[in-house]
Amino acid sequence: MPEHLLSPGHTACAGCGQALAARLVIDTAGPNTIIVNNTGCLEVFTTAYPESAWEVPFIHSLFENAGAVASGVESALRQTGRLDQIRVIAQAGDGGTADIGLQALSGMWERGHDILSICYDNEAYMNTGIQRSGLTPTYTSTTTSPAGKASAGNPRPKKNVMEIALAHGIPYVASASAGFPMDLQKKVKKALAIRGPKYLHIHVPCPLGWRHEPADTYRVARLAVETGLFPMVEFEGGQQTGAYTLSAPKPVAEYLKLQGRFRHLFKPGAEAALQEIQAIADRNIARYGLVKPA
Amino acid sequence: MKDFIEGSDAVARAVALCRPGVISAYPITPQTHIVEFLASMVADGKLKSQFINVESEHSAASLVLGASAAGERVFSASSSQGLILMSEVLFNIAGMRMPVVLACVNRALSAPINIWNDQQDSMAVRDSGWIQLYAETGQECGDLIFQAYRLAESPEVRVPVMVCLDGYLLSHGLEVVDVPEAAEVDKFLPPYRPTEKLDPAVPMTFGPLAGPDYYLEIRHDLHAAMRGALKLIPSIAADFSRQFGRNSGGLVEAYRLEDAELAIVAAGSVCGTIKEAIDALRQEGVKAGLLRLVTYRPFPEEAVSAALAGVGRVAVLDKAISLGATGPIYADLATALVRGKHQARVNGYIAGLGGRDITIETIREIFTRLSGEEVSAGFVGLKG
Amino acid sequence: MSVNINSRPGSARNNRTGSWRVDRRPKFLRQNCIACRLCLLVCPEGIITGKAKNSFETDYVYCKGCGLCAAVCPKKDIEMIPEDTETEG
Repeated sequence: MPEHLLSPGHTACAGCGQALAARLVIDTAGPNTIIVNNTGCLEVFTTAYPESAWEVPFIHSLFENAGAVASGVESALRQTGRLDQIRVIAQAGDGGTADIGLQALSGMWERGHDILSICYDNEAYMNTGIQRSGLTPTYTSTTTSPAGKASAGNPRPKKNVMEIALAHGIPYVASASAGFPMDLQKKVKKALAIRGPKYLHIHVPCPLGWRHEPADTYRVARLAVETGLFPMVEFEGGQQTGAYTLSAPKPVAEYLKLQGRFRHLFKPGAEAALQEIQAIADRNIARYGLVKPA
Repeated sequence: MKDFIEGSDAVARAVALCRPGVISAYPITPQTHIVEFLASMVADGKLKSQFINVESEHSAASLVLGASAAGERVFSASSSQGLILMSEVLFNIAGMRMPVVLACVNRALSAPINIWNDQQDSMAVRDSGWIQLYAETGQECGDLIFQAYRLAESPEVRVPVMVCLDGYLLSHGLEVVDVPEAAEVDKFLPPYRPTEKLDPAVPMTFGPLAGPDYYLEIRHDLHAAMRGALKLIPSIAADFSRQFGRNSGGLVEAYRLEDAELAIVAAGSVCGTIKEAIDALRQEGVKAGLLRLVTYRPFPEEAVSAALAGVGRVAVLDKAISLGATGPIYADLATALVRGKHQARVNGYIAGLGGRDITIETIREIFTRLSGEEVSAGFVGLKG
Repeated sequence: MSVNINSRPGSARNNRTGSWRVDRRPKFLRQNCIACRLCLLVCPEGIITGKAKNSFETDYVYCKGCGLCAAVCPKKDIEMIPEDTETEG
């Protein structure tokens, strides 16, 4: 068996957070896994014909249908009694999960298929050139929500997909980060041990789209968590059962200033926008109990 | 066993006899009866399939794609808007060479919304890489399902097949249908054993990104497989005829064409009406005939050209239109006749859109107009 | 002749992405390594190997030179060095 189930030679950008997270996921899931992948960076950089970086069975169909294709794969395994031996993972980026792919995903969750769905959230349509998605955070400058004299970037808050997943009453919902590899692997393992629909939302920095140094991927990912902007939490049976807690949350500016997509927030006059982002982190901290009371 | 049943029931019973592992569909009129019949067979334990209710036709098509890739025989059905919503996936299924079989219960397209029959839906996806077969009778609705699986799963074809049946006229019309025994069907249709499937033992990557260096060859290969099906379709129909003792399927059916001076070319249930009109006209001394297209994609150019040899005037009756151009069958037929160096005069007529009745009188009118003005898309039966 | 439209597992290894490196590559100093495996876990290419302390190495055939391994090393035992530096041993 190969060392890793996602081989080198893929064409992800240097320092890609999604490449590292996807490898951690499949290495944890193991060889008896079928991957169903929506269109997006991950699919493009791993499957340029006639080559593939995947060491497990893999299928890509369209941008928005991984939820439905995976349901079909799972149904076929169920029909032939192989669902006990083979796990199914449906994965997509933030656009493929939260925007165009949400309907198929909702159907898959609602029907109760035994599938782990994963969102690799790099907070914009990176594959097509950094356009805004429903998971692009407030005041992010993207190519379709550029900051300018009359705009501070994306005016809308990030959609909360975990809450949408929870509304389906599925047994396991969690978030993880490329900056916390062992936590991520633990959650994949836990999710795959549960029968039924599972959802794992993974925050993955994109050096190209976020405009940070490739070597900073890990640092940036950790800061998102350490500021409270990306809460790492776990829900089992609809109840929050875990959170990565912070002894002293860092100011959001520490996270934002490393990234070109937020550069406009550090110019004179952007103080209010910066405060709004701090308020988002503060709300996350309160809502998910990210700081334990002394 | 003979039974007096709907075309939908004939389709459902045929599908059940083919024992798909996974069935998925979304409700749309007039397709719903097919999947309701199948759902009740599954609920009663008579059919051991996964019947998956999905949240859209896009997902129904995607779901059967996934199940097909995982190695199962699959079935779906749709109509009209549902088929058009699926269309993105239809192209994908064909491109991935998944032997999916789908019943399209033909219905008009919106707007205005209209639930009645024409063939605009399936004609709109004629370029998707699916084989399209059009049934004339309730019997043929079922018979084409058996042939569709055999065709789609043939290793040299591996192309999805759409069995088209006219909404209401066939789907809801009751006819005596001979439903074969399971053992007979098993003799005709071997179990589905794909050469490659999603399998950890041989972990292949399905659906890769193919750049300009590869895409052209992959598309050509699909085209070549479709053209190759032109040879296989008649041989499967012949096998079917040998085993079940009746003629169904094939590329085309020639009806009283041997000495015909005038002919209509059409597809689907309207051919029954045309045959009646021809019989009446023949009694009146008019040498009329019919060329029924059973297979529309791949387009059987040579069979069409040969069947119409010697016919002076040809009317194409389309129950669909490429708006701003002509009916789709007209365009293909005209091309085939030019390539076949025919001297026939070919007129195109559009009739029956949105469920407007096509009667024997409508057919007579077409034959009459065939001797008049040259038209490529002459609407028949327009009011005032 | 029909085209195989599916790809073989792991065949991306044919694509030697080490040619992407522009100016820097990681050098594993093997002096203070505590075998925490963090470099191995975060490498986006999955090409860092090693088990014992001071045994870790990368595969320059594929290394794109992103520098994540050096950035995460808690002991500063991986250094990004200019591409034209000669490798020892």
